[in-house]
Formats: sequence, C-alpha cells, structure tokens
Amino acid sequence: MIQQFADWLVCGVFGMSAETHLGSAVNFFFYDSIKIIILLFLISIAMGVVNAYFPIDRLRHYLTTRNLYGFQYLFASLFGAITPFCSCSSIPLFIGFVKGGIPLGVTFVFLITSPLVNEVAVAMFLGSFGLRATVIYVTSGILLGTLGGFVLGRFRLERYLSPWVRQLQAQSDTKSEVWAKTHTPFAERIPVIVRDAWGVVRGVAVYVLIGIGIGAAMHGYVPEGFFERYMATENWFAVPLAVICAVPMYANAAGIVPVIQVFVAKGIPLGTAIAFMMGVVGLSLPEATMLKKVMTWRLVGIFFGAVTLFIVLSGYLFNIIL
Amino acid sequence: MEIKVLGTGCAGCRALHETVKQAVAELGLDATVVKEEDIMKIMSYNVMQLPALVVDGQVAAKGRKLSPAEVKELLAK
Repeated sequence: MIQQFADWLVCGVFGMSAETHLGSAVNFFFYDSIKIIILLFLISIAMGVVNAYFPIDRLRHYLTTRNLYGFQYLFASLFGAITPFCSCSSIPLFIGFVKGGIPLGVTFVFLITSPLVNEVAVAMFLGSFGLRATVIYVTSGILLGTLGGFVLGRFRLERYLSPWVRQLQAQSDTKSEVWAKTHTPFAERIPVIVRDAWGVVRGVAVYVLIGIGIGAAMHGYVPEGFFERYMATENWFAVPLAVICAVPMYANAAGIVPVIQVFVAKGIPLGTAIAFMMGVVGLSLPEATMLKKVMTWRLVGIFFGAVTLFIVLSGYLFNIIL
Repeated sequence: MEIKVLGTGCAGCRALHETVKQAVAELGLDATVVKEEDIMKIMSYNVMQLPALVVDGQVAAKGRKLSPAEVKELLAK
C-alpha cells in the first residue's frame, strides 16, 4: 500500500520515471520514510504500554527482594530492552541500582542492553532489514547484555567505582526500596502513551529523513558489490574495524540504519552491519563521560572494552551462521 | 512554591525547564524555578529517570518530557 502511494507520488505527481536513478532514489526515499515513521510510532506505543506496567522502580523492587537463581541477569536484560533509554538517565539508574544493593554485574547488564535495544533501533531495523534481521538483532542484543554483565560481574570491579559511589554501595539498603503500585486505569494511560510515542517520532523524524535521504542517494548511485571489495566476509579485520569505527560515532539509530541498509544491499555482510550498528547505539563518548561521574576511567575503559569485544565476537558469529 | 527541575543537562531536561518556567509565568504563580544539575543532589530524590520535576520537595513527575498542559495541571494542584 505504501509502495503504491510512493509509486503514485513519484510517477504520477512528480512525473519521474522509476527507471531513472533519480526516480528510483526519490521513490525509495518516500517509501522508506513513510514506512519507518509508521513503524516507529507503533513500536513506541507498544513499548509505552509495556513500560506503563513494568516501570523501572518495579524492576529494582523485583531485583532487590527476590532470589532469581541466576536469572536476574537475563531478567535485567529483558527489562533493559523495553525501557526507553536516555543517556542522561544512565547515571541516576546506575546509582539507583547500586543504592538498592543490586550487584554491579546486574547493573551492567541493564547499562548494556538498554541503549542497545531501544524502540528507535528496533523500528529502523524492522523497516530497513525486515523481521528476521530484527529478531536476530534484538535477541543477540539481549543475550549480549546478559553475558556481558555476567562476565563483568565476575571480576570484582567494585574497587574501581568512584569513592562516593562505593560509600553509597556500603550503605545500600534493600528494605528501604519500596515500589508503590499505582492504579491508573488503562484507558487513562492511553492518551499519555500515544503522546509520548508521538514525541519520540517527532524527536527523531529529522534524523530519519536525513538518514533515508543519504541512503536513497547512495542507493541509486553506488554500484552493486561496491563495498564488497573492502568489507567482505573474507577480510577477518572487517568486523573489528567496523565496530571500532562505530564506537566514537554518536549518530543515533535513526540516522545510521538507512545508510547501513545500502551497505548491505551493496555487498556488506549483514553480521558486520549488525555489529557496526551495535557499536553506534550501544557505546558512545557522551555515555563514557557520563559514566566517568560514577566510575574511574579504568572501569569506564574496562566496560567499553568488554562490550566492544562482545560486539565484535557476535559480529563474527552472525557472519558464520547467517 | 518551590519548583525544581532535575536534569544533568540533556535536551529533554532543558526543554522541561523551559516548559516549567513558561507554565509558572502563564499561571501567574508565586514560585521559584530552579534547575538542579548536581548529580549528588538529584540522587537524594531517589529518581532513576530524568528529567524529573520536584514541587515543594515532592517528586511530581520523572522520566518524561511533559507537555505544557501536563505541567500546568501538576502545578495547579
């Protein structure tokens, strides 16, 4: 239906031929923009609904009061995936968890998964790569967070926290953390959820359009197999190179996915592309400077290094199995 | 009335600060609006999601970019 609309707009209204480079680029631009914006809106609503019932305070309450027999890592990761992430919230979250006596490893799980699997990344992936790639991305993001936090938790990294955070941790009190259940009827929540979802769409729409614009331009002009020469599976360094390039990039998911889609269409393996994407959204320099407030540089380095390593390894894994 | 906007300086936090200042002016409230950026002080309110709005020492909202109408409703209470 959206394709028909794009065809009609480009051929009928603009009078362009779908055969020309420009015509196909413009068609691609309209089709992808409309599709992705609709998807983003729907996914944001879905996540808003889930989040209304499982707010972050409830997760903390669960994690501090129950013995989950090792499943707390997976549990924190699932929660991280459904919680909307803002880099400005990473510190309060971190402190909130530490104060509640939640182990550092479990806190790291949340810090890894929350930015990695977010509504914008999911919508962009679904719109650009389809369901299969999205399921792989989300599942591996959740597993990567679980495993990463678990491994980091084994290393007794508490000593590398900032002194004031260690002090908080020493005074942590699980009893004081109560989660007061609020009874707001579902019908009353809907308008707020829809408005917030629209806010998400409005906030990233310009990046979506820019990203798709660049993608559309490249789509029409870059020859097939162009990138294959540089970043094919046979080059063992392609995955680490892609991830290392991605980490300092602070592009949001909205802008970067349409460009990656063209890379994949022109011959880059999907696994390398997913690893690149994880590097872009999962780790960023602003987040590092934020984390510096609660950790020593050494711990920031260990955290980033470990997550980068895990992303590289999963990139190799995707390229083998996909 | 004492209103505090808790935020570490991200776009959402700045937007909420502006919205609150505007709402106070439109409602003609006798209130002080302070932006709290010190993470230690922010944590004393026990919030995990920013930006947050604190009215007279009570956390009124957290983790959302409130619309002007929502802010007015919260302040009118």
